[in-house]
Amino acid sequence: MSAILPPSERLWWKHPLDRVEGTWIVISLIWCLIMFAMMVGWHIWGKQNLSTETYKTTPELFTRKTQAMVDKYTVRTETEEKIPVVAPPAGSDVYLIARLWSFWPILELEKGKTYRLHLTSMDYNHGFSLQPANINIQIVPGYEHVVKVTPNQAGTFSIVCNEFCGINHHTMVSRLYVK
Amino acid sequence: MTPTTYRTCPRSGLQFESQAEKLMIVNAVTAVVALLVGGILAIGVVLTRWPTIHWLAADTFYMVLTAHGIDMLIFWIIFFEIAVLYFCASTLLRCRIATPKLAWVAYALMLIGAVMNNVAVFQGNSSVMMTSYVPMMAEPAFYLGLILFAVGALIACFIFFGTLVIAKRDKTYQGSVPLVTFGAVVAAIIAVFTITSGAIILIPTFLMSLGVIQSVDPLIYRTIWWAFGHSSQQINVAAHISIWYAVAAIAFGAKPMSERVSRSAFLLYILFLQLASAHHLLADPGVSTAWKVVNTSYFMYFAVLASMIHGLTIPGAIEVAQRAKGFNNGLFEWLRKAPWGNPVFSGMFISLIGFGFLGGISGVMMGTEQLNMIIHNTIYVPGHFHATVVVGTTLSFMALTYFLIPVLFRREMINPGLAKLQPYLFGLSMYFFCLVMMGAGTLGVSRRHWDMAFNGSAMAYEWPGAAYLLMGLVGVAGIAAIVGGALYIYITVGSILWGRKLDTGAVSAKFTPIPPTAPTLVAQSYGSAGFAAPGTFVLAMVFLVSFVLYYFINWKYLSQVWGLS
Ligand code: HEM
Ligand SMILES: [Cu+2]
Ligand SMILES: [Cu+2]
Repeated sequence: MSAILPPSERLWWKHPLDRVEGTWIVISLIWCLIMFAMMVGWHIWGKQNLSTETYKTTPELFTRKTQAMVDKYTVRTETEEKIPVVAPPAGSDVYLIARLWSFWPILELEKGKTYRLHLTSMDYNHGFSLQPANINIQIVPGYEHVVKVTPNQAGTFSIVCNEFCGINHHTMVSRLYVK
Repeated sequence: MTPTTYRTCPRSGLQFESQAEKLMIVNAVTAVVALLVGGILAIGVVLTRWPTIHWLAADTFYMVLTAHGIDMLIFWIIFFEIAVLYFCASTLLRCRIATPKLAWVAYALMLIGAVMNNVAVFQGNSSVMMTSYVPMMAEPAFYLGLILFAVGALIACFIFFGTLVIAKRDKTYQGSVPLVTFGAVVAAIIAVFTITSGAIILIPTFLMSLGVIQSVDPLIYRTIWWAFGHSSQQINVAAHISIWYAVAAIAFGAKPMSERVSRSAFLLYILFLQLASAHHLLADPGVSTAWKVVNTSYFMYFAVLASMIHGLTIPGAIEVAQRAKGFNNGLFEWLRKAPWGNPVFSGMFISLIGFGFLGGISGVMMGTEQLNMIIHNTIYVPGHFHATVVVGTTLSFMALTYFLIPVLFRREMINPGLAKLQPYLFGLSMYFFCLVMMGAGTLGVSRRHWDMAFNGSAMAYEWPGAAYLLMGLVGVAGIAAIVGGALYIYITVGSILWGRKLDTGAVSAKFTPIPPTAPTLVAQSYGSAGFAAPGTFVLAMVFLVSFVLYYFINWKYLSQVWGLS
């Protein structure tokens, strides 16, 4: 009788179980329940939970909202393309467009303040990978994802696109300032 | 019904029906060809991601990466799995295969699909990665190839089920099917669900590429694609765990510690493995938190529980068998005295340990809703799945091949010395490869990324030096693993072509049913009163401690990043 032959005891579900197995099953089950509780508990007590607030959107609609923010709060421009650097007031709605192959505009946030960050893509899937903080969020076209973020360090951060989006994927990287 | 013959292998006692045997051989050989192509492509992938070499141009790199993913994950693995399914039904149950003609049609569809897809990719306009997220579009032939392949694989699954029916009807065995066949049934059931999801989403995408449909929603695409993409990994898990049980039986005559435990664990897979497409959507907009939490954890981690159970019962069964042979000293004599020079065993054991420690633990990390945010789409992800699908599935298939060369292919293995070395070279360099990829991913390095120096961008980000170092080590370890893979192909193909022919064994026009096995003494002597596998239990505790520590280290790391709500 082995694993490649039919079991000799016809009623395999009555086969006895060894203490090694019994003990391990109980330990494993407890560990699984702890891991499950951890995920649920972090929603109650933890500070890093990804929001699921989402709206359907279109490129036109989202561009209009982003443009309004840029018109109001631009403080300077950067690089040869003159990408606006925008410093919206603490607590406000901030918008970030991902498209082939750039992010627009550059955001300047304040440490310890919470913002409602709206993300969408104008074309393909893109990635929002904030470095070196290492926070990674998927950006899906047609969907406006609103994530509440609270920067906990000042400095210059980078936003790297980490979803493959075509031949110039590797040039799709931007900045984000925290004062 | 076409007349057929049955051959009893003099080396293993297994009985092969001639139609099934041919189908197994052809499917397995095709699988190895896919592995060869995927392996050659791996050279391009790995030498480009090695920062100091940075070999291929961007467009070639993305094309090669697309083909590497598909040829390995889909074609190599599924062709081999079809051979395994036929083996588990026709050979282990000693019956003829159902509808052999249709099985050839299934094979032809799969082959045409695979070739069509590869041609589309190498024409260069379908570098969309295996996931082919809409609205990025490939050529119609890309999708059509995958659809044909899926239909062929689906037919093969039904032929497997049909073969089980024939065995039952012809009474080739008594009682329940063997555990290994039971595991294959689980794999095939999951395959039917999975492949159907794949077709549901690829058909509209194909129509979209033809311009018949205007658009496919990107988020719905991701959700359904991953119901296929993730669950199909569970086919692999069920298949390679069945192979581990088979190897334990073949190399040691080990019987499962408890049929009840092992089979129930397989059943947990069916119940919960269809979940978990959420693993790939944890960082996505639009899907609710409750769904993410329940789905990603396979409803409270019950499928993880099942894998943890198999992880104990397989070495446990080996330990019991070895102790019965007298290797009873201390906790680990049974393991020290195992046949480490036999690649069937060493491959299987390296696969089991690597799958558990590297693949399993990292998988749970990524699959934890919040922890996913520090891992999503970093190179940690390929680090994880090379531990599951290469160390776990691929290495098990390699180990099984070493058993099949004399038994199914009837050839003496050429160069047994190299075969002895191969699982160590391939397995251990893959361990290291996975570890350094996970390390680079922890530092944030992106997957599917041609240039970590962001050449040509005004606002390039400078990765820490350690990230460059780790990616260099990815290159070194990857090349070592490719050499290991090449040895496998050399030994396998070489043995089939040039190995000394071995005798066929008795051929008969009728099958010989499997004689009923008498209830064994062992089955009664260890019950709930014993503690039959203490060494394995200690290993399991080592595993648990590593798991728990690493789990909480990641939470600690997460607690230091920006607040998100
Ligand atoms: C033999 C040695 C192998 C090496 C050195 C290797 C190397 C790599 C590397 C470096 C990547 C990640 C590239 C990136 O994301 O930028 C990758 C991706 C991948 N590999 Fe492998 N690989 C090997 C074997 C395999 C095998 C045997 C399988 C499957 C059974 C496999 C399946 C995949 C898949 C599915 C991807 C993901 C492709 C994608 O992102 O779309 N690899 N490989
Ligand atoms: Cu992008
Ligand atoms: Cu990108």
